[in-house]
Amino acid sequence: MKEVVNLPVKNIEEEEYHINMGPQHPSTHGVLRLVVSLQGEIVKSLKPHCGYIHRGIEKMCEKDTYPQIIHLTDRMDYLSAHINNHAVCLLVEKALEVDVPERVKYIRTIIDELNRIASHQLWWCSFGMDMGGLTCFFYGLRDREKILDIFEESFGSRLLHSYYTPGGLMMDIHPNFQKGVKAFIHYFRKKIKDYDDILTGNIIMQERTKGIGVLSREDAISYGVTGPSGRASGFSCDVRKRHPYALYDKVDFNEILGTEGDTFTRYMMRMYEMRESMNIIEQLIDNIPPGDTSAKMKAVIKLPAGEYYQRVEAARGELGVYVVSDGNKTPYRVKFRSPNFSNLSALDHISRGVKIADLVAIGGSLDYVIPDIDR
Amino acid sequence: MLELVPDAEFQENKQFLTCIIPPAKLHALAVRLAGDADLAFDFLFCLSGVDMIQYIEVVYHLESTAHRHQAVLKVRVFDRDHGAVDTVCDIWRTAEFHEREIYDLLGIRFTNHPDLRRIFLEEEWIGHPLRKDYADEINIVER
Amino acid sequence: MNFSIYDFTSFNQWTDTFLREHLGPFWAVAVEMVIIGLAILLFYALVGLFLVYAERKVCAFMQNRVGPNRVGPYGFFQTIADFIKLMLKELITIKNADQFLFNLAPFIVIIASFMAIAAIPFAKGLHAIDFDIGVLYVIAVSSLGVVGILLAGWSSNNKYSLIGAMRSGAQIVSYELSVGLSLLTIIILAGTMQFSAIVEGQANGWFIFKGHIPAFLAFVLFLISSTAETNRGPFDLAEAESELTAGFHTEYSGIKFAFFFLAEYMNMFIVASIAATVFLGGWMPFHVGGWAGFNHIMDFIPPFLWYIGKTFFVIWIMMWFKWTFPRLRIDQLLTLEWKYLLPINLVNILLMAFIVLMGWHF
Repeated sequence: MKEVVNLPVKNIEEEEYHINMGPQHPSTHGVLRLVVSLQGEIVKSLKPHCGYIHRGIEKMCEKDTYPQIIHLTDRMDYLSAHINNHAVCLLVEKALEVDVPERVKYIRTIIDELNRIASHQLWWCSFGMDMGGLTCFFYGLRDREKILDIFEESFGSRLLHSYYTPGGLMMDIHPNFQKGVKAFIHYFRKKIKDYDDILTGNIIMQERTKGIGVLSREDAISYGVTGPSGRASGFSCDVRKRHPYALYDKVDFNEILGTEGDTFTRYMMRMYEMRESMNIIEQLIDNIPPGDTSAKMKAVIKLPAGEYYQRVEAARGELGVYVVSDGNKTPYRVKFRSPNFSNLSALDHISRGVKIADLVAIGGSLDYVIPDIDR
Repeated sequence: MLELVPDAEFQENKQFLTCIIPPAKLHALAVRLAGDADLAFDFLFCLSGVDMIQYIEVVYHLESTAHRHQAVLKVRVFDRDHGAVDTVCDIWRTAEFHEREIYDLLGIRFTNHPDLRRIFLEEEWIGHPLRKDYADEINIVER
Repeated sequence: MNFSIYDFTSFNQWTDTFLREHLGPFWAVAVEMVIIGLAILLFYALVGLFLVYAERKVCAFMQNRVGPNRVGPYGFFQTIADFIKLMLKELITIKNADQFLFNLAPFIVIIASFMAIAAIPFAKGLHAIDFDIGVLYVIAVSSLGVVGILLAGWSSNNKYSLIGAMRSGAQIVSYELSVGLSLLTIIILAGTMQFSAIVEGQANGWFIFKGHIPAFLAFVLFLISSTAETNRGPFDLAEAESELTAGFHTEYSGIKFAFFFLAEYMNMFIVASIAATVFLGGWMPFHVGGWAGFNHIMDFIPPFLWYIGKTFFVIWIMMWFKWTFPRLRIDQLLTLEWKYLLPINLVNILLMAFIVLMGWHF
């Protein structure tokens, strides 16, 4: 075989060559171009080219009022849309020193956790599909529909809601909300065992993910990898524990840390997180106090001049909002510290030396959503 | 911090301990902050640039995972056309992408950066969109 | 003229004498060959079309959806609609590709699977040719498919196709060993390689029951290796959709792509029918020794239906594999074969030989 291949065609076993996992690719979850430098089947290095969906959200925010910014934050990491909204709302409320009613805090926490579960469900189903177990895709989506039905009943839209406003909520929840959420939790606790049966316990999946793409704790801190990916490496970065907001200091949940930092641990982190989210919701759903759904806010919101920073735990990591205000009704500068941006910067480092088929698994386990990277 | 950088300026009444330092002293201070056992600022959780018309400010938000204290460093660059700041990639690897973003959108160069090129816009793009004096008839609609 | 659906030998005899009387020996054989060729072609096309539809429906039900249900009753004519679409597609020719090999590759793959069907008995007397080395012939001929795949990858002048084709070639060549060895285990039990004799030998019990442990083990090994051999199920890395495009058939469009597609499903049918014939009794009904009444009822069902039923049962198991498991990586695939399946196979053969010598089978 060697003699034949040494003719005009390059011997692809020995030389380095580049392939393009281009902007349109079934497994890069959005428009991301990865130029991968391979030697045979081993990845030597890779360069991500982002910016295909750069919409200039930060520049747009400079011309919009604070309630209008909420709508733009939805479109960054669209799978945890509510949590993005929550960040800006908290920032404005803290700057204006407004206290939101208890009811608002309860509802916001419950909806955040539901959103987290929905985001992880979508992650699970696309991870299974990338591995080749196509059936997982449909099971995950089927269960996610239940959450989206609850959202649609209360807010009218399935994915991008802009439900939180500075000071409270846009409107009250539907009377069926509590019943719907309790029914969902009861249903999903059984289904998540199915997920473990199909994918987690599968020897093929375990062989393909254990030991692949290891990220050490120091590297995770240095690269700023937060969220489940960071926690899998032992980096205790859960903003809900370190800088609690909403009701997270009043509910009882565990922050689970892994030790190996490989793809399988990142996978297990998200499975645990789904269960922890259900525990949080269960503690809160029966005790929503009656009351107002919004604090009294002025019609035009103007933040006092200065800088403010707010961090929340989005489904993929720590989302930070940094606002520089000069006293007007539109901010002077808004910077979103997006979790996926930092997670992506670690991709090159952790995929050195793996095979090309593993690259798909690593990308799936880091779980990046490209609009959040490009903003 | 005052012993390292005598002409650092502290800002009062901010959310975090904020300190403005001259660009030349940035790298040494950063090394000290990250390496020192009592300070141990190993997590750079936000690196942003703000265009305040007379100068461009590069803001570093730091946190220590061990001691849980946070701090903010600000560096002011007065030269809008050829401003340059030392990179901190060698200390905090997350800065690689963040500095590319600041270069792309605000135009500050970072010396010693391993791969300083535009990250969101095409290589041939002219101008730096996040600057306040950036005008683009085609892509930006003024209300 | 005794014409019964339970025994085709008399029908064959009658046709043969009829043709010889009227046309003379040479032309009689020629006409017979043409008839058999057309019959197999028709069978191939119809079963292929049906299998594509069946896969989509089975996969849909496993994934909690409905599958095609618009074109025809229960979506039955969906495949025909797809086939018409593929025939009308533009045939893209690549400038720097080797045209002759590029066009030849799909045909080689189809011909290889075609030739393998010829030896399999569908009912008593209903087979094209009855070699006395039937099993060996089928294994040998289905290996010709590898040549087609490698040619397809090479002549596409595309590095992804080449990678996909080489992976696929390595996979098929490795798993042929396991396929051959697991069939060898049953040949030891049967004592013959002739297909009709193997089926006859299962008249009082299927080999999977007669040979108990080693036969069952051989069945499992055969299922795994034949799934890998036909590039299906958890071993379909060569054409993985979510990775490097579509592997060795990236550059093919229209009818040539349809040929690869069809050949894959027919290969699945062939290995399933070999499994059904060798392990599950071919066209033999299911008899339980001693239950005369039960056996009599089982005998009523025509052998052809038994054969089809068993084959489709094995096909259903293979489809089940594909839609449940994630994909194996190429090095894990090859490790599985060379480090695990092959040694188990060799030990199994020894075990079977020992059992046959000792007479410890049913």
